[in-house]
Amino acid sequence: MRIRFELNGSTAEVEVEPWESLFDVLRGKFGIKSVKTALCENSCSACGACTVLMDGRPIYSVMTPAYRADGHRITTLEGLSAKGHLDPLQEAFLEAGAVQCGFCTSGMILSAKAFLEGGGSPDEREIKEAIRGNLCRCTGYVKIVDAVRMAALRVGKEGKKEVEVGP
Amino acid sequence: MTSVELMAREFSHIGSRVPKYDAPEKVSGDVQYLLDLEMPGMLHAKVLRSPYPHARIVSVDVSGALRVPGVVDVITAKDVKLNNLGYLKDHPPLKWGKVRSVRDEVAAVAAVDPERALEAIHAIKVEYEPLPSVTDPLRALDPGAPLVHEEFGTNRANLDFSLEFGDVDDAISRADIVVEGTYSTQYVAHNPGDTMGALAWVDAHGTLNVIANTQTPFLYQRWLAESLGIPAYSIRVIQPYIGGAFGRNLDVYPHDVIVAALAMRTRRPVKLQFTRSEELQNAPTKQPLIARVRQGATKDGRLVAREVDAVIDAGAYVGWGVFDARVMQYTVTGLYRVPAVRFRTTVVYTNNPYTAAMRSAGNSQITFAVESNTEELAERLGMDPVEFRLLNANAPNTVTPQGAKITTCAMSDAIKEAARRIGWRGRHSAGPNRGIGFACYFHVGGGARIYRSDGCGATLKVDDFGGVVVTVGGTEIGEGLDTGIQLITAEALGIPRDRVRVVINGDSTIRLWDVGTHASRGTFICGNAALRAALDAKRQILEGAAQLLGTQSSDLDLRDGFVYSRSDPSRRMEYDKIVRRMHFSKGARGTVVVASSFYEPPSEEPDDRWYGNVSAAYGFGCQAVLVEVDRETGRVKVLKVVSAHDAGRVINPNGFEGQVQGGVAMGIGLALLEELVLSDGRVVNGSFEDYRMPRITDMPEIEAVSVGQPDPEGPFGVKGMAESPVIPTGPAIANAVADAIGVRVRDLPITPEKIWRNLSAKTQ
Repeated sequence: MRIRFELNGSTAEVEVEPWESLFDVLRGKFGIKSVKTALCENSCSACGACTVLMDGRPIYSVMTPAYRADGHRITTLEGLSAKGHLDPLQEAFLEAGAVQCGFCTSGMILSAKAFLEGGGSPDEREIKEAIRGNLCRCTGYVKIVDAVRMAALRVGKEGKKEVEVGP
Repeated sequence: MTSVELMAREFSHIGSRVPKYDAPEKVSGDVQYLLDLEMPGMLHAKVLRSPYPHARIVSVDVSGALRVPGVVDVITAKDVKLNNLGYLKDHPPLKWGKVRSVRDEVAAVAAVDPERALEAIHAIKVEYEPLPSVTDPLRALDPGAPLVHEEFGTNRANLDFSLEFGDVDDAISRADIVVEGTYSTQYVAHNPGDTMGALAWVDAHGTLNVIANTQTPFLYQRWLAESLGIPAYSIRVIQPYIGGAFGRNLDVYPHDVIVAALAMRTRRPVKLQFTRSEELQNAPTKQPLIARVRQGATKDGRLVAREVDAVIDAGAYVGWGVFDARVMQYTVTGLYRVPAVRFRTTVVYTNNPYTAAMRSAGNSQITFAVESNTEELAERLGMDPVEFRLLNANAPNTVTPQGAKITTCAMSDAIKEAARRIGWRGRHSAGPNRGIGFACYFHVGGGARIYRSDGCGATLKVDDFGGVVVTVGGTEIGEGLDTGIQLITAEALGIPRDRVRVVINGDSTIRLWDVGTHASRGTFICGNAALRAALDAKRQILEGAAQLLGTQSSDLDLRDGFVYSRSDPSRRMEYDKIVRRMHFSKGARGTVVVASSFYEPPSEEPDDRWYGNVSAAYGFGCQAVLVEVDRETGRVKVLKVVSAHDAGRVINPNGFEGQVQGGVAMGIGLALLEELVLSDGRVVNGSFEDYRMPRITDMPEIEAVSVGQPDPEGPFGVKGMAESPVIPTGPAIANAVADAIGVRVRDLPITPEKIWRNLSAKTQ
């Protein structure tokens, strides 16, 4: 079947099979390599590495049939820094030291992005709840929370762009 | 420049909080792990593994596999001659005669896509004659036990890490209090995001190219060559970005050899990458430990003797994971000051999975045993655990009974700081069902002479535009070695950080030797190599400048990107201008600035009694943990961890904290959550659903504290500390649980069930 959707701000049109996952289509047909998988082939055990945003909400792309994207807006990590500028969240991950091996980073940032777009606050418990579906083996998560908090303050509802934060 | 001068300077870069060197490409998704790499015409490999822990192979029929459309090659041990792998060279990449564990490789297929490779695997017919298996390392030594390797005539591996220094029996007999206990730790999976695999092809020169997420590219090159029976110079190892490893990728494994053999036979690129369930079932595991610990002390609290008997289950083959025992030695003989020490080891073959070193490499296991026992000893003495630890703490400028030369050591400061920050007010004072526990560690911090060379080479090029490329043999697996190298190079040269490009993973044909990223050695060893190359390049620039300016190089220095006169600092010039003039000016001899160096640490291989100074510096620290135990469910919640470390001078606070927090997370996993459950040698919880790793909601508040002073041997005073934070978390949590509810669990993980059983037994 032929589907049309918005991919990182551009219109995408592609022929998909009913059983194809959004993950396979994004990687295989659009070359979007930022979407990762921990390669749980039989069932998704929720590592969150394959997270993408559908209409701003996080979904596991290996669990989502590609046809479900028809008519929707799909955002991957590439879409956050499309114009050459890093998103405040990407900046915050960089500054806070929230990146180590980087394998989970893409999914982690997208889950956090959905949280912030949904009006997420800098509250630690809310941040943890928002990204508990994303596993990280390296960082111990502390700096990831720091990064999301930093970004939440910067893009806060008051529209403040620069807020002095940091460890 | 002497190390004293390096230490005394004011720094432009060292100690500044900077983003990780490769963070920009990682946050923007512009990174390629093995997962992302493909080549035109690439084949996919799959391996057929034994379903039995122990069986004779009667026959293998691959004809069905060859008939599957899209299959290009099928191999068994009959088709290719491959030499054995492993520390004792007891591990055939493809098995013949018999299989010794459920993961054993019997045949392999290369096909045009993974689905067809899998179909072909299922079409291979193997007839097995199952044999009795032995999966209990203690039973494996019984007379008449099934033999894993018949040719050896015994299941006892030909390895002995036993040692004794001082008169232990005498010291024990004189001790006022002796406490003995048996402690055990579990099978744990490394489980990084990036699963194991390799992509190999033979190029037109006949060179075998392998892209692998190995942590030891040069040993990989060597061992792969040995197994394939080809010269190592005909192999090129390329490392992509590596999505975590934690020690899993220290060895060369059968699948590496199989992929290479298939590429050599098919003359096409061949890739193999484990799925998650293959990873959990077939990747090597952390080495489990069974240890009986006996310690004696005087009434006034001085440790006088320590004895440890360890049974080490090698699994079916001895990999470099058995070197966990060497790490254990140094903790048995070196954690706290103990004059008389004895360590006995028995390394046993079983039909279990073979093991690999995992972050801390034996130290988390042995420290669990020793620090649990230490706590029990302090309790029996009626001493405050903090006071007891302070009384026996390691001190600077001492030598352990095994010959570890301790130079800098801030262990006492670490204990005091951990106690102060956790709010220690004595036993059972944390509140109802709450407890505080402590544990210290002793770990290598200046490399570890496990292999003959513990060195690293660096090359540095200053281009005509002021760009600096520093290339080290080290491997970046996420820990931040890249950032350390950048800071050290920029600081030593005296140039802005953004001028320094770091080449760290990549091509083995360009980079100089390094033994690999293990033993927390990267920033110390590779950093020292980079430092020496940078100082050499700086000398060349200053000498070139002196010639051009008609002055003495001793009057010149390079800082913040300018060469300036010490006697008249207003006279200065950009360093890149100097470099260009050295290259282009008339009369200059057309020089380019290139430097290389090799740093081999001043450590030594131990002698035949296992005596020797294995590292150029040692790391120390103490963790204090606050827990709350739910008496109804047996669930332990970690509320706060204070992790105090002597890591010498911290050169990048972001990196330091990140290592501490990540290590504590892994430590919490080892202590409370993680266990590969085996049934007759087979992993039964082989998915993320059934194998529980810490999630963000399992994480407590963590305070990462640096208490160290600059180490004279480390680059700018650094000591390695990447593994350290994981070491004391398990015993600190066990001790905290005992403080909270009076229940001591002596085998990890501390599950709700074990707590509940202990509590029930107590109330009856």
